[in-house]
Formats: sequence, C-alpha cells, structure tokens
Amino acid sequence: MNIPTELRYAASHEWAKNENGTVRVGVSDHAQHEITDVVHVELPAVGKTVEQGQPCAVVESVKAAFDIYAPVSGTIIAVNEKLSGSPELVNQSPYKDGFFFVIKASDITQLNALMSADDYQKNLAH
Amino acid sequence: MEYIPSNPAEVKEMLASIGASGIDELFAPIPASARIEKLHLPDGISEHALVKRFQTLAAKNRSLDNLVCFRGAGVYDHFIPTLVEDIISRPEFYTAYTPYQAEASQGTLQTIFEYQSMICALTGLDVANASLYDGATAVAEAVLLAMRTSGRSSVILSAGIHPEYREVVATYLQGIASEIVTIPLVNGATPAAALKQAINEKTAAIVIQSPNFVGTVEEMAVVGTLAAANNALFIAVVNPISLGLLASPQEVGAHIAVGEGQALGNPSGMGGFSFGFMACRKELSWKMPGRIVGQTTDTQGRRGFVLTLQSREQHIRREKATSNICTNAALNALAGCVYMSGWGPDGLRTIAYTNAQKCRYAFEKIIAVPGFSPAFANQIFFNECAVKTTKNIQHLQKLLLKNGILGPMGLARWYPEFADVVLFCVTEIRTKEEIDRLVEVLKQA
Repeated sequence: MNIPTELRYAASHEWAKNENGTVRVGVSDHAQHEITDVVHVELPAVGKTVEQGQPCAVVESVKAAFDIYAPVSGTIIAVNEKLSGSPELVNQSPYKDGFFFVIKASDITQLNALMSADDYQKNLAH
Repeated sequence: MEYIPSNPAEVKEMLASIGASGIDELFAPIPASARIEKLHLPDGISEHALVKRFQTLAAKNRSLDNLVCFRGAGVYDHFIPTLVEDIISRPEFYTAYTPYQAEASQGTLQTIFEYQSMICALTGLDVANASLYDGATAVAEAVLLAMRTSGRSSVILSAGIHPEYREVVATYLQGIASEIVTIPLVNGATPAAALKQAINEKTAAIVIQSPNFVGTVEEMAVVGTLAAANNALFIAVVNPISLGLLASPQEVGAHIAVGEGQALGNPSGMGGFSFGFMACRKELSWKMPGRIVGQTTDTQGRRGFVLTLQSREQHIRREKATSNICTNAALNALAGCVYMSGWGPDGLRTIAYTNAQKCRYAFEKIIAVPGFSPAFANQIFFNECAVKTTKNIQHLQKLLLKNGILGPMGLARWYPEFADVVLFCVTEIRTKEEIDRLVEVLKQA
C-alpha cells in the first residue's frame, strides 16, 4: 500500500500536503482501493470556507457515496477541474492527478493534529 | 412465487421475541370503534349475476368512448394509433417487474434509451431521464433540482402553471427552508415586468408553463434571458404535442424542461396513470432525479444499455440522494416512445398544426355566438382557448352532456377572477362536424 511519507493523513483517509501555507488534499491509496471505481466527485466551490473535520466534498463510486472531510480549516482556492471529466484519476493517481482541492489554511499548525505516514499505516493495520 | 406461512411454533417464537402475548395484542392501537368484528356480507350470487351487476354499474359511467371531448386542462384526448397497444401489450413489456438488470433486460433498457433520446430531440436539451410519475411531480422535482444546484431557496412560479402542479410543488417544499413567489397572470399571460421585479439573488429558478393553464402561449425567450442574467435556472413546463409547432425549451434558453407525458400515446384514463418527462442541460445531469439509461459497449465491443449515473440515487447515496424517486413509469413512457416513433418528427409537426388550426376554427365560431367572447384580448393559443361567457356555466355543461358533449373546463374552481371563463380544448381528433355541432348546441344555451 502506497503511503507517501511527506504527507499528513486524517483518520477518515484524506491526505494533506503542505505547499507553503496552502494545503493540497486528496484521498489515500487505501481509500481509493476500498471505494472502488469512482464515477463522480462533487467538489466545493472556489472561495468556500471550510472547517477542519467538517464534510466539504462527496466522492461517489459504483458502491457508495462518501463524504470528504476538510483536514484543515481555511478557504478553497482551487479545485481539480479534471475530475469532472475523468473521475477515475482518483483511483489511478490518488496522490497526484487525482487530488481534490487546495485550501488556503487559516492555521497551518492544524496539520499537526493529523497522522504521520507511519501512524496512518499503523492505523490501517487495526 | 409460493407463499410459505409461519407455523404455530414460529409464530409463538416471534411473539415471544417482541414481548407480545398474542396476535390480538398487535392490533391494540386500533380503537375498538374502528374494528370490524364480523363482516356482514350478503349471500353469494352466481358468476353470471355478479357480472351483470357490475356491468350495470359500469354502464352508468360515460367515457370519451361515447362523449365528444372539448375539455383539456392538463389531460388530452388525442388519437392513439393501434401500434402503441400492439407493442406495449407484449408480455415482455406488460408484465415485467423492474427489468433493469443489464444482463437480463437489454430490450427494455434499449426502449428506455430510445424514449430518452426522443425527449431530448423534442426538447432540444442534452439529457433526459427514464420518466417520472406525472407532470406535477416532474415540476416539483425540477424545482428541487434547481434549489440543489444553486444552493438558493426561492422559486418564482407563474400562476399560469397548472394549479394542481403548484400545489404539489408546495407539498414537496414542506419542511424545507424555501419561498414560493407566485406571479399573477395579466391578460392571461405572465407579465415579464413582474418577473423582473420578483427575481433576486435568492432565486433558484423561474418556472413558466407554455401553453399555460388558461391556454396562452407564453413569451419564453425573455424568461431565458432574465434567468441567465440572474444566475437562476429557467424551468419550462411544456405540452409535448405543442413542441411539434412551438420553439423548443432549448431554443428559449431553458435549463430544464418538464411536463405531463399523457398526450403522447396514453389514454386520458381518469386523469391518470401516466408519466412525467424531464430533460436538462448536460451540466445538471449529476443532480438529476430518476433513473437514467446509458449506452455503452460490452467486453466484446458490442453496443449495450445500462442504468447509469446511479450513484445519484437512493440505493447508493441514501439520505444524500438527489431524490426519493427510485422508479419510472416504464410502460407509459414506452407508449409515449412508440407514439413518437410511429409518427416521427414530420407526423408530430402535422398533428401539432392540426391541433392549432382546429382550435382556431372552433374559437372563431364560438366567439361569434351571442353570449361568448374572448376572455383575453388577442390570446395566442395552441389547442386550448379561453372564452368568457354570460351563460350559466353549470347549465351549459348539463346541456352539452345531454347532447353527448363533454364541454369546456370552467376556470372558477381555481381562478376566482375567471369565474365566467371556460377553457375549450380542440385536438386533432375533433372533426369539423363535431365542432360545428358544438357551436349549434352553444347557440341553444
């Protein structure tokens, strides 16, 4: 299972990448594997305020629909436009081309509340 | 399917598990006054006598089989070619239950895909669903769709929308933070000035029916422009037969087109059962309610059909689903599909023109009869026209019935301001003789 070490992880399987105060967000390889074929992603509007731990997007697969929770609070400054035409990018490239959105964090230290790659891996083992 | 009832031991176990002492206890909440201890049925009669009794009762009904119909108001007497019954009565269609599994029901899925394609061709919009219950709920679903998409809570409805459709919209919006703004008719049409006045940043959609309930063909393009300028959706409620003649919803800037499908190959019945249709622009397809059939290829590259975009629906999205609806009116929509397919675009155009021409012929003759005049100055109508009368409308209806005619719909029931107005409907099925005879009877009123 691919769990990049430079990312932080939420218990709800979102990954967060600090890019100089803005945080890129997606779902982990484990998550895309469990969700199975993604058919649609409902992304938040650019400019929307989000709160850490609150649902702000929905990913739909042939199996079920899942809430995506904001890993940090802030404002959505970008969304992955490619997902509307190619939702399968979430499965094919969960950490790169299949990202969901980018948040301008109101408090970047909130990332500390998330898990390291190691802790996330241990979490998965339960 | 065999029914295997529970045996006494199982019943005892189930009762014990829920803590009930006996089956009677389960009926305790029903008040004694509402319980039937004994059914006092008369003695049995012979099958022949029974059949005769019901035939006598049924004979008291009069139907469009024996009445000449000049009434519409949402349900229309059109000619249904035998081809329709021929196809829909096939057992594969008529008796199938929920036949949507791709591996077992390619035929059904194909017909639904064809139906959807025809609705798209008729409305000019990109995506259609597999049908809804009826026109009223289709309008309500379109309103919910607009609210969902825009995140806004106010909706503008023209008073020209079928009054019962508006009641259903109000029912659907119960319990949801929402606002319905109703625009009254002026000279039988929706005034654009009032729409401009009413629209604001909270408006999710403007809903206009054309032809409207009083028969007027509304100015639709101006509504499209207004909606677009305010980032609101334009929902067009349309008569599918009229689309053989009038500009399509797409052409007038509608985002969603809905309506009652009964006029397409379904009998008037008793006002139902029938189907509702919905088509919308591509960008709304993921928020659309109802089943949607899609075309695809199998592992061997052969064309096939499947239910698609299913994650919108309840079995996947559960409480976040786009709608409660998890079905479609397959047989009725199939009748509509066969009807449209049989006539084709040219046939539908001819039918629409014939409706308009015959209604115009009837209108001119009716208003020439003393006591009858146009209800709305220069009304542009399709196959229903509003006529003001000095006659007692109830007496008029009785006189017409006595002459084997189902007369025009009185508007007093829903529009107190139009208490002296009746709505005449003339479809392609009415002959010149029937219309002339109607006029003769009106002269006697």
